[in-house]
Amino acid sequence: MFSPNSSFLYLITAVVLVLIAGQSVFFLIRAWRRAKVIGIPMATLKKTVISSAVYTLAPAVSILLGVIALSKSLGLPLPWLRLSVIGAITYETAAAASATNALGLSLGTLIDDPAAFLTVVWVMTIGIMLSLILVVLLTKRIETGMTKIRTRDEKWGGILVSSLFLGMISAFLGLVFAKVGEGLTGWIPVFVMISSMLLMGVCGALMKLLKWKWLLDYALPISMLGGMALSIPITHLVRTLAQ
Amino acid sequence: MDYRENTHRFGRFWVLTVIVLLLLVPVAIGLYYQVLPDWNGLWRGLLGVVPIFWTVGAIEVFTYTPMLGAGGTYLAFITGNLTNLKVPCVLNALQAADAKQGSEEAEVLSTVAVAVSSFVTMSVIALGVLLLTQIQPLIESETLQPAFDNILPALFGGLGVVFISKGWKIAVAPLVFMVMLFILVPSLAGSVGILVPVGALIAIGVSRILYRRKLL
Repeated sequence: MFSPNSSFLYLITAVVLVLIAGQSVFFLIRAWRRAKVIGIPMATLKKTVISSAVYTLAPAVSILLGVIALSKSLGLPLPWLRLSVIGAITYETAAAASATNALGLSLGTLIDDPAAFLTVVWVMTIGIMLSLILVVLLTKRIETGMTKIRTRDEKWGGILVSSLFLGMISAFLGLVFAKVGEGLTGWIPVFVMISSMLLMGVCGALMKLLKWKWLLDYALPISMLGGMALSIPITHLVRTLAQ
Repeated sequence: MDYRENTHRFGRFWVLTVIVLLLLVPVAIGLYYQVLPDWNGLWRGLLGVVPIFWTVGAIEVFTYTPMLGAGGTYLAFITGNLTNLKVPCVLNALQAADAKQGSEEAEVLSTVAVAVSSFVTMSVIALGVLLLTQIQPLIESETLQPAFDNILPALFGGLGVVFISKGWKIAVAPLVFMVMLFILVPSLAGSVGILVPVGALIAIGVSRILYRRKLL
């Protein structure tokens, strides 16, 4: 009898994860060595490691929640593999839902037919392949194009990249308002965003007033984790008021 | 060969290796269990995914590559979770180090940030899976649910303050446009990936006008 939690699937997952972890080690060592050559201080590198690790913790737990949610139909190894590397919760859930729907199954039931499971794996695999192919074909060209722009006009090159950042941030800040039409509870994400902004403001004030420069490394993780923590009483309060 | 050139050489090699490896996963499952996919289900499943996710995937390559640098791009697209994790993580790292975009320092630190973020993600998921029975009641508890439902507002709130305060003249137009768009058409929430380049194009257009008028 087929099980999506079989040892064979765990083995495949382990092989892919080890290889991709190896790739991360490879790039990390190269970047670290290069950093030393170009004179980036060890303190800056350490700060980058610590702040990136702290910043990743909460989103990683939310990705783990995605693994658990998908494991109800796909078992643990496949979501573990797909969400540790390559995928994102939005994509993997949509791909799994599309494939199970097409097979007349649901995401709430464990798949026990190997052909159906294989179909889902193929849909998830092919559905995300294009970006990887484009990365191979285009990364160097895009980077060369950006270098040309910077060489021609350094100031404009910097503004262009800042504009890309701001465009992305604007889209996600706009998204926060998507539920405001649903009434007071739809404002919860907006209140959480404002809390996170205020926390960042407080961090900025502390850095300026008390000269706490060390806080710069942790201001974004603090505002994110603080915003998440504050979302609990905010949700409770708003739901009470909305009743 | 210099560092950047080698980064592209190794990056392409690794991405191609991962493409082959990912394709081998379903091949191995099919061979091991002696089954073929349900072709009709496969076709219909792909129809529901490919039009939107191939478009988003293409957009992400063009939008995020200038932000992540070469090493960061190769690694981030393989390790996934770009929008909700890798890109903000790189912005955080570059902000903390005060590294100038496009500099070699930014390229190197971006790669370090993506690699560390990937390790932490893999470790958290591995630990979570191994300790699933112990931690599942906690992380799936109703009390903590709002925290995980609100990661994006919490993440982009703080990030927004930092970057908007640095470039508010550029940010106002795309920000107002996006807020109005999502209030008027909330169903677009599922297509935010496609709207990222729209925001970027508005920001670039505004900044070009301001730059030409020497207002930046």
